[in-house]
Amino acid sequence: MIRFSNVTHIYHNNREDNTISLSDISIDINAGDFVAVIGANGSGKSTFAKHINGLLLPSNGSVVVDGYDTKDKNKIWELRKKVGMVFQNPDNQLVATTIEDDIAFGMENIGIEEYEMRKRVEWALNLVDMADLRNKEPHLLSGGQKQKVVIAGALAMHTSYLVLDEPTSMLDPKGRKEIFDTIKRLNKEEDITIIYITHFMSEAAEFDKIIVLDKGKIALTGTPKNIFLHHNKLQKLNLELPQVTLLARQLSENGLKISPNILNEKEMIKELCSLI
Amino acid sequence: MFIDLKNVSFTYNLNMPFETEVLKSLNISINKGEFVGIIGHTGCGKTTLLQLLNGLLEPTVGNVFVDGIDIHKEKNKLREIRKKIGLSFQYPENQLFEETIFKEIAFGPKNLGLKGNNLIENVKKAMKMVDLDYSNYKERSPFNLSGGEMRRVAIASILAIDPEVIILDEPTASLDPQTRNKLLNLIKDLFRCYNKTIVLVSHNMEVIAELAQRIIVMEKGRIVLNDTPKNIFRNNVELLEEVGLAIPQITSIVHKLRKMGKPIRTDILNIEEAKNEILKIARNNR
Repeated sequence: MIRFSNVTHIYHNNREDNTISLSDISIDINAGDFVAVIGANGSGKSTFAKHINGLLLPSNGSVVVDGYDTKDKNKIWELRKKVGMVFQNPDNQLVATTIEDDIAFGMENIGIEEYEMRKRVEWALNLVDMADLRNKEPHLLSGGQKQKVVIAGALAMHTSYLVLDEPTSMLDPKGRKEIFDTIKRLNKEEDITIIYITHFMSEAAEFDKIIVLDKGKIALTGTPKNIFLHHNKLQKLNLELPQVTLLARQLSENGLKISPNILNEKEMIKELCSLI
Repeated sequence: MFIDLKNVSFTYNLNMPFETEVLKSLNISINKGEFVGIIGHTGCGKTTLLQLLNGLLEPTVGNVFVDGIDIHKEKNKLREIRKKIGLSFQYPENQLFEETIFKEIAFGPKNLGLKGNNLIENVKKAMKMVDLDYSNYKERSPFNLSGGEMRRVAIASILAIDPEVIILDEPTASLDPQTRNKLLNLIKDLFRCYNKTIVLVSHNMEVIAELAQRIIVMEKGRIVLNDTPKNIFRNNVELLEEVGLAIPQITSIVHKLRKMGKPIRTDILNIEEAKNEILKIARNNR
């Protein structure tokens, strides 16, 4: 479990106006959760993410992951094995000349023996469905495939939590779908906890739970069905409803007997099918 | 024809072991006052194409004409050409470097020799185009802004050289929904109110469908489709999926309903059109 207890984070920018980017946040994310984090630019999403593996430490309060306090310097490497991070641009996270070396990079750093390493690379490649492409050079992969290599590198460390900070913002539609399908499978089949930051509301709608951040505070948490009921509040927070939800609402307001709270394509087609 | 690519190919590392041909015999024309969207999966050659459009790269084969001038034959005119075509790369805020927003936006026109009141007027005008209040922002640091503001400053610094064509590479990436919508409205205004020619590259099919008059679809360095959004998204679902793209979500819904035998139009691109069509059918059924 990840536990944020009264976490405040202040960025010191060497001037008087230090920026408070997280403000007294308390929240639990349970093992096995499938959570999206949304919020306006500057609402503290990335700062929140970087607290989970101790890349940033709280100015006040604490973050504890499976009993490890991120402030405990002796345990920081144990903690980082548990929490894998995936950022926007995979090119910044790929370091080696082959896919297998890239996945093995983290393990080499912590001195895992070769036999075990090979076994884990194999296992991780299969989990992200990249075994066929193992001999390709990383720079020749598509954006989505590169992100999957980054994810595999984290999995090879036997990570239990994957924190993904806008991993699809540079990807084409196919790449976006590949990443989403991969993390969903990792969550449902391998029980890996997913914390996923996104600006795409249609992506967020597919998670079990959404955390909405606003000015460093948690504005809302709940299931997508609940969150997207708060249309006006979301707009004030610089967010919006997924396109299908907007369409459902407008249809319902115009007298069509359709649920105004539809979240994805499938539900929409199912409802419309009996209406028109 | 304002920009004209005639039989253009581009090869990186020509005559070297890692020679890669990224663009193959392209013919593209962009008219004055047009809004063109370019889509294609990562690595299809879009970025190379953009750099060819404003003369940053020279084609390996073929010619690039801007306003009738072969820009690589008449190199002395290249500077003038670049002034006509502003290019905003992905994450343009990474290129901000000045102390104040005024200096940042004034950098381009100043280099082109603008001074005094003319310079100030250009900066003011550019800031107005991206909805940044001049007196409020001019002395502030470009680094102490929100993501959306930084993006707008970066775009203003391109507008300040008063280009006729503005090329935008994924201008809304990483912006939150409302900030994204606001920026898209500004881009619409550049096109509608300021008569700029716009070339927009994006992975966001909704954005492209909403804004572009014409869409060019690229795959492996070639143009595979070149048509209006309605035609592209009505007729080419399978092809687009094959090349790593998609159709807008709303369009996908009407396509699927049609496949199930519903009498629904399939050239629908946005919520408004979908709503009207669905309500119309529902009324007819009654």
